[in-house]
Amino acid sequence: MKLDQVELGALYRVNEVNAPKGAPQIKGQLEDIGFLPGEQVSVLRKGLFGKGPYMVRVGASTFALRQSEARMISVESLSRA
Amino acid sequence: MPESKVYFFPNEPLVALLGNPNCGKTALFNLLTGSRQKVANYSGVTVERKEGRLTLASGKNIRVLDLPGAYSLYPRSLDERVTCNVLLGRAEGEKRPDLVICILSAMNLRRNLRLVLAAKRLGLPCIVVLNMLDIAKRQGLQIDTAALSLELGLPVLTSVGIHSDGADEIKYFLSNLDWRHLSAFQTGTSDATLENTASHIAHAESDNIQVQKILQTLKLDQIIPDHLSDRLDAVLLHPVFGPMILVTLLFFIFQAVFSWATLPMDLIKAAVEFLGTQITAVLPNTWLRSLLINGILAGLGGVIIFLPQILILFFFILLLEESGYLPRAAYLLDRLMGSVGLSGRSFIPLLSSFACAIPGIMATRSISNSRDRLVTILIAPMMTCSARLPVYALLISAFIPERSLWGLIDLQGLVLFLLYLAGILGAMGVAWILKHFTSAQFRMNALMMELPSYHLPRIGNLAMSLWQRAEIFLRRVGGIILIMTLALWALSSFPLPPEGATGSAIQYSFAGMLGQGLAYIFSPIGFNWQISIALVPGMAAREVVVSSLATVYALSTSSADAAEALVPLISASWSLATALSLLAWFVFAPQCLSTIAAVKRETGGWKIPIIMLSYLFALAYLASFITYHIAILLGLN
Repeated sequence: MKLDQVELGALYRVNEVNAPKGAPQIKGQLEDIGFLPGEQVSVLRKGLFGKGPYMVRVGASTFALRQSEARMISVESLSRA
Repeated sequence: MPESKVYFFPNEPLVALLGNPNCGKTALFNLLTGSRQKVANYSGVTVERKEGRLTLASGKNIRVLDLPGAYSLYPRSLDERVTCNVLLGRAEGEKRPDLVICILSAMNLRRNLRLVLAAKRLGLPCIVVLNMLDIAKRQGLQIDTAALSLELGLPVLTSVGIHSDGADEIKYFLSNLDWRHLSAFQTGTSDATLENTASHIAHAESDNIQVQKILQTLKLDQIIPDHLSDRLDAVLLHPVFGPMILVTLLFFIFQAVFSWATLPMDLIKAAVEFLGTQITAVLPNTWLRSLLINGILAGLGGVIIFLPQILILFFFILLLEESGYLPRAAYLLDRLMGSVGLSGRSFIPLLSSFACAIPGIMATRSISNSRDRLVTILIAPMMTCSARLPVYALLISAFIPERSLWGLIDLQGLVLFLLYLAGILGAMGVAWILKHFTSAQFRMNALMMELPSYHLPRIGNLAMSLWQRAEIFLRRVGGIILIMTLALWALSSFPLPPEGATGSAIQYSFAGMLGQGLAYIFSPIGFNWQISIALVPGMAAREVVVSSLATVYALSTSSADAAEALVPLISASWSLATALSLLAWFVFAPQCLSTIAAVKRETGGWKIPIIMLSYLFALAYLASFITYHIAILLGLN
């Protein structure tokens, strides 16, 4: 599952980050701010009509991400696992 | 052979503060150094460099360097690159620090600890400071500092950045330190190399595992939610109420900028005029007196007068920044900015540009995407800066009747609002067009902006930052702006008018000749030669146009009541079409020289300022041309 499809407020775990071919540096950028495999993540808030930017909590910090950035992050559900 | 520079550094040890953004580093820096700070730029780049002095209880002096916040030691933004270069001892004119203090936010150990591990690898002596321990305790977080110290192999101190004695433990530690044997805090070899992409990815993974292990040992691997911030965000970032609150807030700030600044601005104006009359009384009527009054005093006074507005605006921006709201405002505006190819990060520089484009352009440094930063610099001058207000006020009171529309809206106020709106729409339009000229690769402008927890701003920190802003602004006024003002004064004063000349003196000067030449260019948009001449000195600062018009029309009044005396004169001699055209001109008008100087400095060359100057000139000309000819068609000639 990608981070842009998750349920609001539910807990997930980061699996991996896949950057698009045109911008490979984004992977490292997302990892630097905390989107590392195993890290806890949840989407707290979306913009009007469910579009971006998203307010995402990763670990103990909160970031604003665009929908396109959220789509690069694969996650798995923590609540059901 | 390449030229090599030799730098001499003071003897005192250099201690660098390293930490993630939002870890409370600057507050600690303020506690350590108090007001003994120096704000400048790192050599060759436009990243702010903050250094301070700390006298230890032992009487020893040390230098403390507040490095730009970094998420990792693999540089991704200009700020992070500077931090890395300083730590590696590669920054030009910069001594490699003797000791690094890694500041961790106790609230976010996971990410912060990764930076400590990266810093350890650099082979510099390191100590660790756990900051925000008060908040962590309140949230029920118990951190065993001794265990953490054991895990890291480094001393771990604690601090509370918001208490005046919160840094005492650090001061005590530093004064009992044996500065000749710092290698005790040095781990690993001193491999002063920048991480490359491959090693960074490898380290990122191993560091993550190690941090996870440390947190598990300390029983800190659960996440503590921040309820207060979440509850505030439920309102402030609400999809409907959030934007409404933001608009209300901005409206209030604008009201404050213009109404609170009136008194100090009047005082500055009165002081400048008082000085002028004093000089007039003492000195004979020679070129020296003209230089002092019309050159230095008028030019500098005309810029310093905006200091109150700039300070009030910055006060609010700093207040919002310290409290944690500003990134959220950028979050709310990201969709809007995204539609023209920018990101929410451009919001803060554009907001500052309403006071003055110069601080706005300097604020673009926080935009990590270089393409976005450039576009923001290019459109910032279209935000109606306060220097345009005196010109707008003059033209509106001379040409727009004082009446209300449908008994509700004040017509003059409406015109002023439309002028502001035209600038904003123009800027958005230019950004939108540029978006279509950017290749998809550069269009990947990331948002990835941290939304820190809310906290109450500290008055001391606010005052310190505000003072630093004022200092930077005044230093600029004293430097480049003074030189330009003097050059323009010389242009408009020489050559002197011939004996028995009938017109005003400026007509015979270089500026006058230039203006008369310009009149050919400007006649299609309805400007007469008087306006054309006044536009030349207006390049020093836009509001100077008002006093220049007074000079051209040979008014013998002082600049204070120039506007009042001009109103009947120009309303009788200009057509409404000309006035509207001049208003349209000023919405886009090519920049004052100080803005151009600021752009040159920030972009490191003449290319961008020249592009900016030419496109804004073209845009202003086009807008005036259209306005003038539509007005004539409507019979307003």
